[in-house]
Amino acid sequence: MLGEGYVAGTSPLHRARPLWKLLGLIVLCTMLFVGPAWPALALGGAAVAAGFALARLPPIHAARALRPLAWILALLFAVQLWLSGWALAAFAVLRFAVLILAATLVTLTTRSSEFVDGILALLAPAPAWVPKARIALAISLALRFLPMVRDMLEQIRQAQAARGLERNLIALSVPLLLRALKSADDISAAIYARSFDEAD
Amino acid sequence: MTAAPGTMLALQGVSVVKDGRTILHPLDLTLAERRVGIIGRNGSGKSTLARLFNGIETPSTGTVLLGDCADRRALRRGVGFVFQNPDNQIVYPIVEEDLAFGLKNLKLPPEEIRARIDTVLDRFGLAGLRGRFTHQLSGGEKQMIALAGVLVMRPATVVLDEPATLLDLWNRNRLMQLIAGLEEQVIMVSHDLEMLARFDRVLLVEAGRIAADGPPDQVIARYRAGAAC
Repeated sequence: MLGEGYVAGTSPLHRARPLWKLLGLIVLCTMLFVGPAWPALALGGAAVAAGFALARLPPIHAARALRPLAWILALLFAVQLWLSGWALAAFAVLRFAVLILAATLVTLTTRSSEFVDGILALLAPAPAWVPKARIALAISLALRFLPMVRDMLEQIRQAQAARGLERNLIALSVPLLLRALKSADDISAAIYARSFDEAD
Repeated sequence: MTAAPGTMLALQGVSVVKDGRTILHPLDLTLAERRVGIIGRNGSGKSTLARLFNGIETPSTGTVLLGDCADRRALRRGVGFVFQNPDNQIVYPIVEEDLAFGLKNLKLPPEEIRARIDTVLDRFGLAGLRGRFTHQLSGGEKQMIALAGVLVMRPATVVLDEPATLLDLWNRNRLMQLIAGLEEQVIMVSHDLEMLARFDRVLLVEAGRIAADGPPDQVIARYRAGAAC
């Protein structure tokens, strides 16, 4: 579920209530993990493919969602191949891919404000002490700020390259963490400046 | 011209101390003018002073009043705040959703939210940005949307903390024209002395104290003289 998610449209999936989409996602994930392995995967895969077709989303969106995770899928495949053989390795990778694509389908067809409304509806039965608005906003913020963190990472990488430092995970991650924490402070202030304390 | 009755901002004996360090010494201040500028060196305490007006910063002593009300929620409703970096102010990935954020917090009905967004986008000629991803906007567009996100809540006062620092000359001029045309009271922290010269009153903050307070020409002249030393 990546930040640059929503694709405008008028399909039935776009118009469906976010709560139903989230519940559908939960049901699909549960089925993939507790259902009979290959039949559940086939059914889940077919449902996701039908969802993309129904939402009139070309396959390029699916490819874009999976591309950044290719190395994780490759690693998962290699580990499963070593531990359990071809069949289980293929199953694990396909199941993971179907999960990602199902979540992507929800993101592509749901504006983040509707997504927040859906999470709030999902949390409605929770007791009063559960900070519903905060949980919903936290999920929305994650979607909003993924591209920003990606830009920060690129700026730090370029600044380090300009001073002769090639790729170095620690040298990248420390300033990234510090900048992200500083931004988090400012963002928190900005959220409260816009009366968020009246939302819960 | 002065701020509307009941919306006048005042600080009574307000100080800010953090980690044992005094950021702002106790001060009393009433801001009745429609255009108030705040200037000072980096680290002088001017941003902390500005943040007090919207309740983002909590005073260590004293009270911040809007009219005769000291409630923090009322302060946030009545005083909007625009940050230096719009990237840290825009919360939602799509412009329209971000503009709705504060209004939803105030639990306004959807039709009023839509009407207010339409009004603010038309007012600033930003209607074309309504459905755009916020992270794809230019710096100038982001700052306009950050300001629109505050104005849509219809505050009596707008506080801006160096809003043009990250903008190019064209976007700076556009933003400043827009700010000059606002009906709301404006309190602006800025290093843009040319802009502040047209304000009604300017405060000079030095080492956590109001070192000068008065008409722009006198206060700015003192600030320039200090910088020349």
